[in-house]
Amino acid sequence: MATLTTHPDCVPLISYRFGKGATNIDKYLELDGYKSARKALEIGPEAIINEMKASNLRGRGGAGFPTGLKWSFVPKQSAKPKYVLVNGDESEPGTCKDRLIFEHDPHAVVEGVIIAALAIQAKMGFIYLRGEYRYLIEIMERAVADAYAKGFLGKKIFGSDFDLDVVVQTGAGAYEVGEESALMESLEGKRGVPRIRPPFPAVVGLYGGPTIINNAETIATVPHIFRIGAAEYAKLGTERNGGTRLFCLSGHLERPGVYELPMGYNLRKMIYEVGGGIPKGRKLKAVVPGGSSTPVLTADEIDIGMDFDQVGKAGSMLGSGGVVVLDETVCMVEFALRTMKFYQHESCGWCIPCREGTDWLKKSLTRLHAGGAVDKDIDDIRYLAENMLGRTFCPLGDAAAMPTIGFVKKFRKEFEDHLEGRGCPKHRAAEPEPALV
Amino acid sequence: MSTQPAFPNTIFSPALAARFDRLVTLYPVKRSAMVPMLLYAQDEVGYLSEAVIGEVAARLGVSELDVRNVISYYSLLRTKPVGKYHVQVCTNISCMLRGGNELLEHCRRKLNVENKGVTPDGVFSLEEVECIGACSWAPAVQVNYDFHENLTPSSMDKVLAEYRAKAQNGAK
Repeated sequence: MATLTTHPDCVPLISYRFGKGATNIDKYLELDGYKSARKALEIGPEAIINEMKASNLRGRGGAGFPTGLKWSFVPKQSAKPKYVLVNGDESEPGTCKDRLIFEHDPHAVVEGVIIAALAIQAKMGFIYLRGEYRYLIEIMERAVADAYAKGFLGKKIFGSDFDLDVVVQTGAGAYEVGEESALMESLEGKRGVPRIRPPFPAVVGLYGGPTIINNAETIATVPHIFRIGAAEYAKLGTERNGGTRLFCLSGHLERPGVYELPMGYNLRKMIYEVGGGIPKGRKLKAVVPGGSSTPVLTADEIDIGMDFDQVGKAGSMLGSGGVVVLDETVCMVEFALRTMKFYQHESCGWCIPCREGTDWLKKSLTRLHAGGAVDKDIDDIRYLAENMLGRTFCPLGDAAAMPTIGFVKKFRKEFEDHLEGRGCPKHRAAEPEPALV
Repeated sequence: MSTQPAFPNTIFSPALAARFDRLVTLYPVKRSAMVPMLLYAQDEVGYLSEAVIGEVAARLGVSELDVRNVISYYSLLRTKPVGKYHVQVCTNISCMLRGGNELLEHCRRKLNVENKGVTPDGVFSLEEVECIGACSWAPAVQVNYDFHENLTPSSMDKVLAEYRAKAQNGAK
């Protein structure tokens, strides 16, 4: 159903098996499947982690934390069982990449879990998918069952002394559960409320045991690193940003789609060449570069490479790879309001700055968009958002605050155009002025 | 394998009951099966009735309150029935930019129901939803679990007509 879109600049690494029938385990094996897991079994935990560090792979969920380093934080000795957790709760608006992996290459996820489990010596792994992805849960469950049948999971995997069980878990609709500690709560059969850190999941995670939790794309990339070698993998990207990633191009583009491109790929080229540019001869107004939580970039800020460091330097984040393109007709206040409606809806309500902050921001933006605000309200919106930053239990509060600050800072003029009874200029243009009586 | 079910089943189909019997054995803690169990039960029964809540609680060895606490958190879990075909229109940013709001309005008029309403014949219900992970193929709608993407009002009409025909033919 969901398919990859290609362009001559695309590098098919993660998507190497897409569209080749690799949901079938025998086809997967034909296409170098489970060779990486065997290799990992041979070289042992320390070498696996060193290889991961050398690959410069950084977490594809949004934060961009170096994966090898994350794995190295798990203590070698632990009284409690260790776990590997795959975060496939893909819910960040603008993001639709993990879906393709589950659909076209589910065994890459299973194989990634095996390698991660070998690295930290975990005996159990979970693959958590959002509940809306029902057809993908079925695909993943079949892949896991087939891997058991071949002896790649279960007792003595690949004929070794290592046991590993894997369970596919469904969520039931909650953005917050994409946050790592909330996901663990959900997996323990509770409300998806975040946990305080430290301790971090690498030390105290699922069921209180040391846990590595990685995004689905991160995990699915792992076997490919072992397939081509960490050095080769690192070379595909830029400095400290190894490899490729699936970029989800959406919004006002001629050719929206999910494309696999090298890390550091130029954003302007991504919009105008890969995505085919803006339809109807319209001008670009703004880009949300990494999912709804990342601060907006203006049309003048797109001459950057799409890696974690360069987008960070430009004042935003590479995030989850969801590149949302806005043409000149978009009302930025309306866009900011829609973004905030989402965060207000998804705030779990556990901590006050997030629960109250998102609600007040939604109310303020609603009023502003309707023309009921005064100049001071614009400052208040920014002030409120700035005071949520870093003061919430989990990053959802930041995810709501950061884009809001960006919209106000970069498009203040548009906010001012809504003030004092004027309302949205876009809607004013659409509806003719009432005739004077 | 014993032929005796692990739990005296009361309301679920034998296949679902067997699935639940196995599900609770997969985790270090039984309670971990709660979210999947609720979702799969809902898929079969249509919503999380008193009877479903009672049986899930009993199967997991937790209180009904524990189950209700979980249900109230997740947006897919519901304690009231919806239409046979639950039309979920995404209006989040990527869909909004490509006509998601207009599509929602179109569905509202076409089905003559408000957001979260059910048609009098029980065939359709409508809900405005948050991002469903179809951003590059926007605007998108999920009917039950099936994705419909790159929609326009006229292709949406076709989608609705297909479901209506299915309902009339008595198909599931």
